[in-house]
Amino acid sequence: MIAADATAAVVFRNATKKYGDIVALDAVDLCIERGEKVAILGPNGAGKTTAISLMLGLRNASAGSISVFGRNPRDAAVRARIGSMLQCSGIPEYLRVDEALALFRTYYPAPLPTDDLLEIAGIRETANKRIARLSGGQLQRLYFALALCGNPDLLVLDEPTVGLDVEARRALLATIAGIAKSGRSVVMSTHYLEEADAVADRVVVIDRGRIIADGSPSEVKGTVGRKRVSFTSSVALDDLRFVRVGDRYEALTEAPELLLREIFARDMPIENLTVTGATLEEAFVALTSGGKANVA
Amino acid sequence: MSLEIAPFGPMLRAQTKIELLRLLRIPWFTIATIVFPVMFYSFFGLEQAHMPYMNATVGLYLLASFSAYAVMSLALFSFGASVAAERGSGATRLMRAAPLRPLAYFAGKCIASIAFGGVAILLLVLFARVTGGAVLSPPMLAVLMLRLLLGSLPFVALGFAVGYIAGLNASVAILNLITLPLAFASGLFVPLDQLPPFVQAIAPYLPTYHLGQLAWGAIGATSESWPRAALWLLGYAALFTWIAVRAYYREERKEFA
Repeated sequence: MIAADATAAVVFRNATKKYGDIVALDAVDLCIERGEKVAILGPNGAGKTTAISLMLGLRNASAGSISVFGRNPRDAAVRARIGSMLQCSGIPEYLRVDEALALFRTYYPAPLPTDDLLEIAGIRETANKRIARLSGGQLQRLYFALALCGNPDLLVLDEPTVGLDVEARRALLATIAGIAKSGRSVVMSTHYLEEADAVADRVVVIDRGRIIADGSPSEVKGTVGRKRVSFTSSVALDDLRFVRVGDRYEALTEAPELLLREIFARDMPIENLTVTGATLEEAFVALTSGGKANVA
Repeated sequence: MSLEIAPFGPMLRAQTKIELLRLLRIPWFTIATIVFPVMFYSFFGLEQAHMPYMNATVGLYLLASFSAYAVMSLALFSFGASVAAERGSGATRLMRAAPLRPLAYFAGKCIASIAFGGVAILLLVLFARVTGGAVLSPPMLAVLMLRLLLGSLPFVALGFAVGYIAGLNASVAILNLITLPLAFASGLFVPLDQLPPFVQAIAPYLPTYHLGQLAWGAIGATSESWPRAALWLLGYAALFTWIAVRAYYREERKEFA
């Protein structure tokens, strides 16, 4: 086991997944080291769920290979070290929360105590409730507890906050961020950079089945290097680079100095000028709508 | 070094427990498999219970009929409806991602179904005795249970086939459409000689007819030898297993390839 333990948590080698003619994942190379917290970021249909399904052995690659802890993710011994939250996931609704946890604990060789699971996931008060009667937030927390049942070395979360309201989303993210500190490897897919920021120390951006950026949250943002230039003006501005947001004109640019020089050269009256760093959200939109950004 | 995978025993026990809970907590399930046979027996069987029929009594004969019906509908519903529900809800995906062993999953369903079938028959036997409908001797009861247990295998396979082909709501409708007409046309509700001639003509080709023959044979009210009935059921088991396996692999290619 020493040799196997020296390997990375997850390795994709030239992994391609096709569904019929549709290429969901296109020759992806990705290595996730042990203990890394990685957010997989991308719009709908980018290939996030496909990547996660391959990692969990729920799907087979059409070409290339995937290994988890140096082994085939379909091995029972590998799955025993992974905990997962899936999209389109279910658990028999006639069970009570504590019964579902008791069931899943028997799947793993070294499960965490039920009490700890209830505590970590923050669902102690629902222990005797039927699953059918849980709220959306409580249900996601139960799935999180089920993912933790086996005290996993790798936690794989596929859009864990989907469908939750703002409060429940923030609370679940805080719980996930808390457990991510424990030295486990974490892979979480999400649409939102703020979620990636809260949990991950590395962001992998994918779009149309390819990795288009890979780095720390600040690198992804910084390397894109866009600034938002924003001002108001009493004169109508006819420039396609600017969009009208309320009473302001806004543009995202990698060279704000040049843009501003042009604007000043027009001699138009401008007021309330601000130049700010783009938010992660904007970096993401910029990345997924254009070519590949080179991130260190 | 610690264990790489979880021990089989506790996993099987837990799987069996949740399957039993499913049968107990989903009301239509309990009604269809436990309440209906007793109710039908009291409707059809009690009035003429002591009249002689086929070397036995009407009471005994219908006791065997409804035992067969209970076991058959249990096999169909406990496998068919549960597999369809698990596929529909995404429970199948979650269980596959977890290191649940397939053998524990299937064995848990089988054990729960057998246990429930045993309870359904015992309740029926008890009801018949208390109401004065019929008294089944322990050896006869043992033979009846063994025969029905083995005879329910084609219906287990058919249940799986429906579970892998249909969605949850459709599966319940389909299973009812299979169970009720088959049971009726095979003489499980009303003895065959009281049914229209065309039904009597097709009955010997139905799997439920041969399950009924196994049950009636157990109380000495037979018209067909048990090896012949067993052979028919074996043939149906092979056919339904073939359909179920094909449906299973179709699902595998679609969802997990």
